[in-house]
Amino acid sequence: MESVSYSYASRSPSKPALDEVSLSVAAGELVVVAGLSGSGKSTLLRAASGLVPHFHGGEMAGRVVVGGMDTREHGPGDLAAVCGTLLQDPETQIVMATVASELAFGLENRGLGATAVAREVQEVALALGIAPLLERATHELSGGELQRVALGAALVGRPGLVVLDEPTSQLDPVAGDELIWLVRRLNEQWGTAVILAEQRIERCLAAADRVVVMDAGRIVCDATPAEFLVWAGRSCKALQTPAAELLGSAGIGPPPTGVKAARATLAAHGLLTPSASPEAQSELEVNGTPRRRPWRRSLKANPAIEFKHVWHEIRNGPTVIRDVCLSIAAGEMVALMGANGAGKSTLLRHAAGLMKPTRGSVNVDGRVALLLQNPGDYLVHECVGDELEIEALRGAGLDHLVDRHPRDLSGGERQRLALAIVTAEPATATAALGAICLDEPTRGMDHGHRAELVAQLRDFGDRGSAVLVATHDPELAAAFADRVILVGDGVVVADGSVAAILGSGWYFATETARVLGGAGDALLPADGASLLRSRLAKAPLELKVAP
Amino acid sequence: MNYRRCSSPLHASRAAAGMAYCGALALGSLVSDSPVVLVAILAGVVGAAVAAGVGREIRHAALLAVPLALLIAVINPLVAREGLTVIARFGEVGPLGQLDITLEAVVYGAILGLRALVVILACALYAAAVDPDEVLRLFRRLSLRSALTATLATRMVPVLSRDARRMADAQRCRPGAPPGRTAVVRAVATNALDRAVDVAATLELRGYGVARRPPRERRRWSRHDLAFTASAIGLVGLVAVSRIYALAEFGAYPQLRIALGVEELLLAAAIIAVCWLPFLDRRGVARSRS
Repeated sequence: MESVSYSYASRSPSKPALDEVSLSVAAGELVVVAGLSGSGKSTLLRAASGLVPHFHGGEMAGRVVVGGMDTREHGPGDLAAVCGTLLQDPETQIVMATVASELAFGLENRGLGATAVAREVQEVALALGIAPLLERATHELSGGELQRVALGAALVGRPGLVVLDEPTSQLDPVAGDELIWLVRRLNEQWGTAVILAEQRIERCLAAADRVVVMDAGRIVCDATPAEFLVWAGRSCKALQTPAAELLGSAGIGPPPTGVKAARATLAAHGLLTPSASPEAQSELEVNGTPRRRPWRRSLKANPAIEFKHVWHEIRNGPTVIRDVCLSIAAGEMVALMGANGAGKSTLLRHAAGLMKPTRGSVNVDGRVALLLQNPGDYLVHECVGDELEIEALRGAGLDHLVDRHPRDLSGGERQRLALAIVTAEPATATAALGAICLDEPTRGMDHGHRAELVAQLRDFGDRGSAVLVATHDPELAAAFADRVILVGDGVVVADGSVAAILGSGWYFATETARVLGGAGDALLPADGASLLRSRLAKAPLELKVAP
Repeated sequence: MNYRRCSSPLHASRAAAGMAYCGALALGSLVSDSPVVLVAILAGVVGAAVAAGVGREIRHAALLAVPLALLIAVINPLVAREGLTVIARFGEVGPLGQLDITLEAVVYGAILGLRALVVILACALYAAAVDPDEVLRLFRRLSLRSALTATLATRMVPVLSRDARRMADAQRCRPGAPPGRTAVVRAVATNALDRAVDVAATLELRGYGVARRPPRERRRWSRHDLAFTASAIGLVGLVAVSRIYALAEFGAYPQLRIALGVEELLLAAAIIAVCWLPFLDRRGVARSRS
């Protein structure tokens, strides 16, 4: 890319989506594109795939050359031979009825014969581990499977470059990690150049050759992962990984690119205990640092939501919830965690009365507000002012947007508006707000918006509403919850304090807990840094401490 | 309505044969007025669906088709002014004028409803058992864009219905008075357009815009291809013979004339047999991968 500037047709040219961007990606390189929401990551990737400007229109200056093809002369169809593209939503990237046809579609468009197509389809299916899915109907696939098939469809012509725009944002963490692992393998074993935009950069930083940071359409950092982390610690803390924030806050360097590197650094400083021993777990108390809020089990005397032996059995289908008994107190902050299909969303729907148990009962004290996964589904009017009373908008800090169309709001604003809608107290309300339930609220959300959401949730809890959030995000759970309920195959498999559940797990654990092995109940970088500082204070002087 | 992969002779046959078979079922019911022929084809469709393992899909289609058929059956006697056997007199009824219900109009309404039911179920059998991707390949040599548009429209139906369900749930979560219907319809339409734009972007990225005509594909005819093609020809032949030789003759107006003898029963049996016979040979119906 040489001095590329671009403005969408619908937006003002004074605020370009890309502003004098110059970037070069070598064959076999893996480049991670980082940046907050709206920074221009997606536009950069769409320029590389030719969708900008051929599909989106608008005004473009500068030059983009992909695999020797200038995007001014070649559209996305031509570029598909040299550049595979994977977008966010797996649902809209599948156009055929079966996996085999989906993989073959791009090659057939290029006029390849049946034999050549069959061979390429087999090759890519085996390479990506989707051969068992070839004869499956695409509408039967899970989100993770769909995204792998879409990746296969992007790769089937063996392009030298693959462009991925937040491909894991709509997936659960297991499926997301699997996809990132596939991309790493692709890059390492077949030398495919990769440009990957990702919100959770801790997932892919260890495999990256370079990190490019976008801000307001410009590249503000283009560096190796280690240099990027130093830059992020200095200039944009919202882009720091939890492990880098942990070590940085404790004054230990260099910033680690992953859990393994963080543990190695701590071990070199003699700060890593072999396991979370009882001594280690009480360390924070010993050193006078306040521990995390205790689990307020006593509040259970006054339940806001009570599940009594709830079953949900689908006619001619599976049993989604099996004999669940739960009590959530007023003001209690609860994270509901578990793998996809475990029954988290179904439990929330039961709490809000969208579903009725086939056996058992759900009792609620007051009204239950439910915010489903896609906040856009709540917004049906032409302007924000029609969605909600001005007082309620003012309370949500959205009163300056009354004339805007809801679809023009940013992701964070849209979620705040939807949350304000479901928690609003209408004049006709017969019951006060007793509980708030949110289903996967941080999908595709950057760290800054996540911090805003945590503050909002705490505010609801402080006002006496129970807060129940279904999430795959351990960092979110650690930031807001007092209690974590783990659900597996429709039953509650664990129910305890946030430290007990997230401090000792493998999968359900924060990055800080994984670095420190759960020591001192430290789940978030700030807690972990306190622990490390207390250990440093006791450590011999000759240990090296970063300035 | 979604295509469902099953191990059945109809699924194992090429798309052209499957299309011809389902097309013959629909065509037979469209060109014949005879209740004997229509009932026989209905039995043929239902039996074929069960034998193809898509009985559930046909049942879902019937849930929509039966009310439509009943509606047609009810409306016809109200609007038809023919027939001699009056079975009910309602006098002057508003815009309908003098309303006399005749037996002939009632029966003909039922025949029209039955025909609509058979056509819808034949189309449902096609949608559930004939591979749309193969149909696309079949037609792409003629007109790729039209074929792909038709396939995508079919594929967008379940995606949009899931979107609509999600939006309906979200609206139920709003406290207070629900938003107006117009606002919800507008939001659903906007959402559908957004989806369509996303799919269009994907098509661009897959090279749809520069699609080239694929080389001709030669494939040997399997036993199932031959059986279903023969069945389609046989079905059309039987219906044609019944029309040419006035078998199973039916006339609704001015008075009912329904031929129902041995010949007609033999014709019905032949139609059912022709519909079901291709399903008897189940060799080689399983997919090579699962």
